[in-house]
Amino acid sequence: MSAVPLASEASPPGRALALLRATGPAGIASAIVLAVAAFAAVIGPLLAPYDPNLPNLALAWVGPVGGHLLGYDFEGRDVLSRLLAGAQTAMLGPLAVVMISVPGGTLIAVTAAWCRGASDAVISSGLNVLFAFPGILLALLAAAVFGAGLPAAVLALSAAYTPYVARVLRGAVLKERSQPYVAALEVQGAPATLICLRHLVPNIAPLIAAQATILFGYAMVDLAAISFLGLGVQPPTANWGVMISENQVGLLEGYPLPALTAGACIVVVVIAVNVLGERLFDQAQDARR
Amino acid sequence: MGQPTGWGRLKRMRWRLFARRLAILIASLLIASFVIFAALYLAPGNPVAALSGGRPLPPGSIHVLDQRYHLNEPFLTQYWYWLDNALHGNLGISIALRENVSTLIASRIWTTAGLVLYASVIIVVLGVGLGIVSGLRPGRLDTSTLVVTAVSAAIPAFVAAIALILLFAVKLRWFPALGNGTGLVSNIRHFTLPAVALAFASLAIVARVTRAAVRTESDREHVQTAVSRGIPDRYVIWRHIVRNAAIPITTITGITIASLIAVAAVVEVAFGLNGLGAYLVQAAQSKDIAVVQGISLVLVTAFVVVNLLVDVLYTVLDPRVALGGSPR
Amino acid sequence: MSNPARADAAGPTKAASSAPLLDVTGLSVLLQVNGASRAVLRDVSFTVARGEAVGLVGESGAGKTMTARAIGRLLPRGAQVRGTIRFDGSEVGALSGADLRRYRSRVAMIFQDPRVHINPVRRVGDFLTEALRTNLGVPPAQARRRAVDVLAQVGIEDGLRRLRQYPHQMSGGMLQRVMIAAALLTGPRLLLADEPTTALDTTTQAEVMTILDGLRREFGLAMLFITHDLDLAAAICDRTVVMYAGQVVEVRASALLHTDPLHPYTAALAAARPDITRTVHRLPAIPGRPLSAFETPPDECAFASRCTCTRDVCRTAVPGLAELDGGLSRCIRAHELRGQLQAAPDA
Repeated sequence: MSAVPLASEASPPGRALALLRATGPAGIASAIVLAVAAFAAVIGPLLAPYDPNLPNLALAWVGPVGGHLLGYDFEGRDVLSRLLAGAQTAMLGPLAVVMISVPGGTLIAVTAAWCRGASDAVISSGLNVLFAFPGILLALLAAAVFGAGLPAAVLALSAAYTPYVARVLRGAVLKERSQPYVAALEVQGAPATLICLRHLVPNIAPLIAAQATILFGYAMVDLAAISFLGLGVQPPTANWGVMISENQVGLLEGYPLPALTAGACIVVVVIAVNVLGERLFDQAQDARR
Repeated sequence: MGQPTGWGRLKRMRWRLFARRLAILIASLLIASFVIFAALYLAPGNPVAALSGGRPLPPGSIHVLDQRYHLNEPFLTQYWYWLDNALHGNLGISIALRENVSTLIASRIWTTAGLVLYASVIIVVLGVGLGIVSGLRPGRLDTSTLVVTAVSAAIPAFVAAIALILLFAVKLRWFPALGNGTGLVSNIRHFTLPAVALAFASLAIVARVTRAAVRTESDREHVQTAVSRGIPDRYVIWRHIVRNAAIPITTITGITIASLIAVAAVVEVAFGLNGLGAYLVQAAQSKDIAVVQGISLVLVTAFVVVNLLVDVLYTVLDPRVALGGSPR
Repeated sequence: MSNPARADAAGPTKAASSAPLLDVTGLSVLLQVNGASRAVLRDVSFTVARGEAVGLVGESGAGKTMTARAIGRLLPRGAQVRGTIRFDGSEVGALSGADLRRYRSRVAMIFQDPRVHINPVRRVGDFLTEALRTNLGVPPAQARRRAVDVLAQVGIEDGLRRLRQYPHQMSGGMLQRVMIAAALLTGPRLLLADEPTTALDTTTQAEVMTILDGLRREFGLAMLFITHDLDLAAAICDRTVVMYAGQVVEVRASALLHTDPLHPYTAALAAARPDITRTVHRLPAIPGRPLSAFETPPDECAFASRCTCTRDVCRTAVPGLAELDGGLSRCIRAHELRGQLQAAPDA
């Protein structure tokens, strides 16, 4: 690392690609898996060979036959199509949570670390106190109050994750803040927002990216759990979590495929997210040494 | 530096630290209870509609509700009444079941507590145990542990639940798939699969962190000093490596166990256990707000208390924290 | 007191009365780094007699700490060791189990930075008495009494109270004295002191050095004293071993090291140290940077690339250690350069 690490001049996409390449084969493989999942999330419903929403009870629980690779679910819908359609809510929900809580948490962390002193003490005590609410609990509360549904769950989870992100990032921002180049910029008269936005935050961007990736995994699991409980995405909308609860009864009756494949989808994406997140985190740590 | 420290001073500083943590705990609970209480007012419509969950009410009930929940008084006063009641064990009435929320909670709390305890034991024994063994011996066991934990850390409780039901309940018939069971032995049988499902992902995380902590400690210089003085291996392992690694291990185990409190709800629903979590979900679905508030309060309190216990344990394990040194 | 002219203090010549306590012959060590084998020590040989203090001097990467670790059987996993280390007649590399633990009680290491070398979450008393209790089977109460006694000898009064303290409650100098006390407690015959004062500030350095040197002489302990400071080695040790790039390049009586060095590297080291009695306009630093063993070219003198006296003969083969005037030198031209190395080393 150079002695004065001002934000590098390379373009953001270039830097992102370089970061990715540095995560090694496991990281790249995970990124590919995630890209596939994201692809499915975006155009999944269009790719589905059959209508994911049309029930046909006569075909309920029929196993893999003909063009139906994974068979039918409890309402006679093609499982593969439903999985592809379900990718949408399964991936967009966590994305929304990350897009709210990471910028929010970063903002709080930067404010606390920048101001230091009393403001920082107040903010961090506040963060310690807010830590009391596990995400799922808040989401259940929100479902009771506002009615079940994805938007309420997403907002509740974001509210629960933001203090967590702020706590994690605060330490890193504090360290960055006390670097000499920041003092140099302050002496030159650069305004605080400029220093933060153009130098501080970009320098901890790898750490933020790593944290966001890992958080995506947490959000995915939590949202799937909430949907599984019937308080998130509502049936008949396709969603992996919902599919598990819908088809759970099939396990006991000898038709495990719909529930299992939905579970497998969740697990594969979460593994990819965890592996990539861990690698990114290691990269971020190494770069800061 | 080098100030005298007898037992007295150590105890006094530990108490001060404990008091500070306790203050944070109380503040957390106050804020959490406030949020739980205020949720009633965030609900669309007026509080009466929310309390009744949209059900039609007989005439005169509205008056009763107004009285019981002090709905005509200022917001903060209502909060105070509610909190005061809660502290005295009165958590209101369930609209759906027409019973005291406290009674309903009391009958279910042991299910949840038992489940969380069972899962915690699994996590500590298997997770920490696996972490220590693979941390001390690099080699094939270690790499396979890494791979296995990477996969199982990604398996959420409800996915683990269905896989376990499929394998052990349906195919192998070793354990029942649903229900609480009656009597201690039956309970343990019924709770085993749920506890394993609940512990699954957390076990992996604890194992990984334990392994990393044991690795780090093994490379520390003070371990070399101990070896250089001829101290037998078993002492070096337990009193220097594991003992020092106990600090991060306790932290992650504590965090993980605390999070079980919330995830238990999912497992209870998957396995048809009548615990607090399953009841909370039911109440949320039927918009029985008083019940949701009551159970949320209990769960959040449990969560915060577990975190406090972890903090206290931390100060016991690391004397530098209690005595004002700086942990590395 | 030190006697540089002692015949049996001159290395592997026949000892007059007693066999050496520590006898290192042809020690070579290779470490596994990123899957490749790297040499860190090459053909290191020297002896330490009973009750003698020998300095081990060199720059970073010279292999001083690695030598101490090899003697202390503390090398990392996967290290390959060749050559022999004999302590009191036994081959150290062949020891295991109870014998190895007994060896560890007789050879005590004193480490550089006491703060990282003492377990921070356990009491100082535990640290001091642990080896006595678990290795030598001394009952705890007796172990504590001995610990208090030795603490008094290193200048820490109020030992009972100190035993109950934690390391972070003590200053660096005090902790290093605790480290010395711990080393002395098991009744060793040989101390391996790895730069014991480098991590301390200068006034504390002097204090701790005085205590260490005094106790060593009082108990008649042998010591291998590792340092990068040539003058410090000269003050404390009877003989000095100079290392460069994983090899021993000179062994000499300490007093003669400055006045009559046998190797250009030693002379350059001595010349590079600023002298308070002279004014120079430019410090005569050695050009280039110190090499590690695995970086040196295979068939020439390791110091050739930085030496001011290099000739063609220096690059034909790795020179061996040869006797000269009661010392040892690895310089092929040592005979020629005798007497000229002290002044301007430019012959």
